[in-house]
Amino acid sequence: MLGKTAGSLFWMARYLERSENNARLIDAGFRIALTRSSTARAEWKSILVTAGSNQAYAATGQEYNSAKVVDFMLRDTHNPSSILSVVKQARDNARTARTYLTREVWEAVNTSWMTLGALLKRQVRDDDLPDVLSAIRQQSAQVRGAFSGTMLRNDGYNFARLGTFLERADNTARILDVKYYLLLPSVAHIGTSIDNVQWETILRSVSAHRAYHWLYGTEISALKIAEFLILYKQMPRSLAFCAQKMQDNIGWLQRGYRHETEAGRMVEALHQKKLAGPIQAIFDNGLHEYITDFLRANAALAQQIERDYRFVV
Amino acid sequence: MRGQTGDTRAPYSEFCEWFDAEEPARIHRKAQQAEAFFRTTGITFNVYGQDDADERLIPFDVVPRIISASEWRRLSRGIEQRVRALNAFLYDIYHRQEILRAGRVPVELISRNEAFLPMMMGMDPPGGVYTHISGTDIVRTGPNEFYVLEDNARTPSGVSYMLENRETMLQMFPELFAKVPVREVSDYPINLLRSLAACAPPLCEGTPTVAVLTPGIHNSAYFEHSFLADQMGAELVEGHDLRVVGGRVAMRTTQGYKPIDVIYRRVDDDFLDPLNFRPDSVLGVPGIWDVYRAGGITIANAPGTGIADDKALYSYMPDIIEFYTGERALLPNVPTWRCSEPDHLKEVLDRLPELVVKEVHGSGGYGMLVGPAASKKEIAAFRAKLEANPRNYIAQPTLSLSTVPIFTRSGLAPRHVDLRPFVLMSPAGITITPGGLTRVAMTKGSLVVNSSQGGGTKDTWVLED
Repeated sequence: MLGKTAGSLFWMARYLERSENNARLIDAGFRIALTRSSTARAEWKSILVTAGSNQAYAATGQEYNSAKVVDFMLRDTHNPSSILSVVKQARDNARTARTYLTREVWEAVNTSWMTLGALLKRQVRDDDLPDVLSAIRQQSAQVRGAFSGTMLRNDGYNFARLGTFLERADNTARILDVKYYLLLPSVAHIGTSIDNVQWETILRSVSAHRAYHWLYGTEISALKIAEFLILYKQMPRSLAFCAQKMQDNIGWLQRGYRHETEAGRMVEALHQKKLAGPIQAIFDNGLHEYITDFLRANAALAQQIERDYRFVV
Repeated sequence: MRGQTGDTRAPYSEFCEWFDAEEPARIHRKAQQAEAFFRTTGITFNVYGQDDADERLIPFDVVPRIISASEWRRLSRGIEQRVRALNAFLYDIYHRQEILRAGRVPVELISRNEAFLPMMMGMDPPGGVYTHISGTDIVRTGPNEFYVLEDNARTPSGVSYMLENRETMLQMFPELFAKVPVREVSDYPINLLRSLAACAPPLCEGTPTVAVLTPGIHNSAYFEHSFLADQMGAELVEGHDLRVVGGRVAMRTTQGYKPIDVIYRRVDDDFLDPLNFRPDSVLGVPGIWDVYRAGGITIANAPGTGIADDKALYSYMPDIIEFYTGERALLPNVPTWRCSEPDHLKEVLDRLPELVVKEVHGSGGYGMLVGPAASKKEIAAFRAKLEANPRNYIAQPTLSLSTVPIFTRSGLAPRHVDLRPFVLMSPAGITITPGGLTRVAMTKGSLVVNSSQGGGTKDTWVLED
């Protein structure tokens, strides 16, 4: 297949994943702003940082209040990470890769662009926000369903999946990156109750607060949460899960093309060395350094995939 | 659909029976579904110079245009004759130019033709084919009266609408196809692929690799480009995906550069090769021309084919057909005044309010005057343009185009239509898909069917014998 098409599939999947992640972030931020108006400003700021949009937001000179931030993250077309921008990008990439998508996948992506375009035409009122966010998640579930149900398991499929997991790992790591400071005092004083609402927020922003409690019961500990998000292989948004999937996808590509790549070596190193655990060792060596390091390795992997499979030149 | 006396024309009888028994409300609902279907599928086009309406739908009318088997036989024979003659003409113009020597076509028509490519002189395109894909625009003026309105040999578009219109009708009214025996159009993409592959260049080894070259997702016909590539199972490439490697045009794949044998390009000649044509082009492939000359790639349609789209040349088509086939044209031309000739010009200026005047290189319905529909002011303005540069225009009488019904809020209403059948040519022969694209002027009385001017489309049915 064309390198450009592979790149478009990769980016289509990244943008689709990003729209869903950002919807989740808005949801978590909105919840905490409702329950804790005193810290709302700081919360919105950290959510913007997580979404990689804080600089762009600061440039608008607007207040950090719910209505303004939510509107920026949902609808502002000057914000390249807003849901509207991201869905448009996903659709543009899908159009470029149209010949590699099944009719079902293309129509799901196109419908999601049309539906969200209509839904986000005007500013969303507070009481409509939950519905809008759920519509965003539904749209991306539809794309995912069409994708998994109709796409040939060929190289194009693997490029798109790589995009999904790379973006997802990036998102989970960013959430940890922004919130890592919450973990530190509680590790030093094991047993002190940590800020439950804050942790609920983190777990909600990866749609995993229920799963966490199923797994660990009512005990909310910093170590466990970090373990859950970083190392737990059954958790579909954990770093270890994403790395495993990326390794699988690159593995398929390498076998299909009968050609080993640098990206293959990098993803293996990422998976074997960075995600072997145990979690205590990660804390001992510094959680912040660990996450910064992971983000860097993940970004380098993205660049290497682009080079190895000739997305651009 | 109904003749002048109000009776139903024969090809429509089965359809009418069905239609008369239907609830208008149901058809109306179906028509709305069709629109949703087009939007979801992304069958849209971009209108240049309008940022708000980035992507628009071409209005679709649910009433099919129906052509009888015998009418189609006549049409397709005429079209085939015309396309053969065009191809022979192009070969001649780029070789010995017998027709110019014989004085049947004036030399200026070629020498002043912007689409004429001196670089093509003496070139033999693979398989001897220039017009791999062409579209002949046809109008009907009476029960058994058809005229060719123009030839589109450069890059005729609209074939995806022909296919999707049928697909839409099949989805909306499946029962109708059980009642009326309609000829298939769905094999067009596979015929296109076969036809292109049959024109593979001398350096091709094994099964020819075919690719569609598009200017990109912002082009007005991008949907069609991706649709055709998809249906053929061919790669859809842009200039920046291609490069000349080892004397072949190659595409950048995830596994390195792979040679292409046949390129169905949907970019104009000017943009094909920045080294040999327009240096500022980013749509083409530097060096593709040299590969073409060396027999390393087939370009469809062949560069330089656009001379045949010239509307002044059009007026010579009956002579061209006679010159190369020895036969009279089976399908007549619309009588045409060439404004470059003083006596023609005089007559045109005298009769401007009743004529249609077109630019010789125009397309898409831009830059034309429809005399009977124009205001005094518009006519005066056009007169000035015409006098300033007469060579740039031709004029034709306003034909009393036949109408077919469209479905409106207040029931069926007559509208003017034209027809563009699509013709494939390869050394193996000529294939014409039964029917083609019917374009319809959606406003009452209008004669302009171009999608860029608000025209719509219909499914076109050719009945089985």
